[in-house]
Amino acid sequence: MRGILYLLIGIFFGVVMLKSEAASWFRIYEMFQFKSFHMYGIIGSSLVFGVIMVQLIKRLNVKTIDGNPIRFIDKDRSVARYLIGGIIFGLGWALAGACPGPMFTLVGAGFLPIVIVIIGALLGTWFYGLLKNKLPH
Amino acid sequence: MDIIQQPIPWYIAGPLITLTMFMLLFIGKKFGMSSNLRTLCAAFGADKTCDFFCFDWRNDRWNLVVILGAAIGGFLAVNFMSGDVAPLLNSEVVNELQDLGFKSAGTSYLPTELYGNDILSNPKSIVLLLIGGLLVGFGARYAGGCTSGHAISGLSNLQLPSLIAVVGFFIGGLIMIHLIFPILF
Repeated sequence: MRGILYLLIGIFFGVVMLKSEAASWFRIYEMFQFKSFHMYGIIGSSLVFGVIMVQLIKRLNVKTIDGNPIRFIDKDRSVARYLIGGIIFGLGWALAGACPGPMFTLVGAGFLPIVIVIIGALLGTWFYGLLKNKLPH
Repeated sequence: MDIIQQPIPWYIAGPLITLTMFMLLFIGKKFGMSSNLRTLCAAFGADKTCDFFCFDWRNDRWNLVVILGAAIGGFLAVNFMSGDVAPLLNSEVVNELQDLGFKSAGTSYLPTELYGNDILSNPKSIVLLLIGGLLVGFGARYAGGCTSGHAISGLSNLQLPSLIAVVGFFIGGLIMIHLIFPILF
């Protein structure tokens, strides 16, 4: 039963990604050229509501559907892993023009070459796992 | 029903992404897409190669269902909601891209030079897509999240590490577009 909910949330998210053009390589390029407000508007307005939402959940003690508290786990403190990892991600984000959510949406949308990006992303994840202990974190 | 044929404006899309995050939190999960790549690696047997993949990936099957839904959403958007019309880009950007060799700029949803169905006969595009994917996968796991996990979930919770990661995303993106693209294209 829960599975249907996950599926519906995913469908909703996929439609929003494609129809808002956040899944378009061109929009990512335009963002990094600072030539359009579009992507900044999407991320920025999502954040404004997101910050308010998280504060409300914390202050009003909003519970999950099962009655458990909604927990937010603080991320581990570090600079190196976030900065270096972030830069590597950004290089790929700009080149492929897709991040890990939209790349699956684009498969469904019928842009089959995106499968090459997904294979690359799986290999990249695997390489990270192999090298993890040798990298600064 | 005309409205579902129109692109979603940014000021609607942003709150709808927040709503996606809320729905996942409300059913006791979290909003983060790149962890699926790790889950898939584990499911494909990467746990035999290193500890990073030694976890019970079945616990994260719910998120695989979310991305399956995201794919179905893409299918529905393209087939029933005119989802693949060309974005209305800044005309300067269109000209720049045309000069770089992206002739499809302004007339398609994705550049046919990289994502056209004939690119299997174009080794350069295949290599670029593969490298792009590699960097996304490696970087997302190194940074511990991607656009959804850091830029939306993490920043919404005012996490400094997520801010550092997002600054990194932008440094990397700017280097790619401004310094590396002129060499590649």
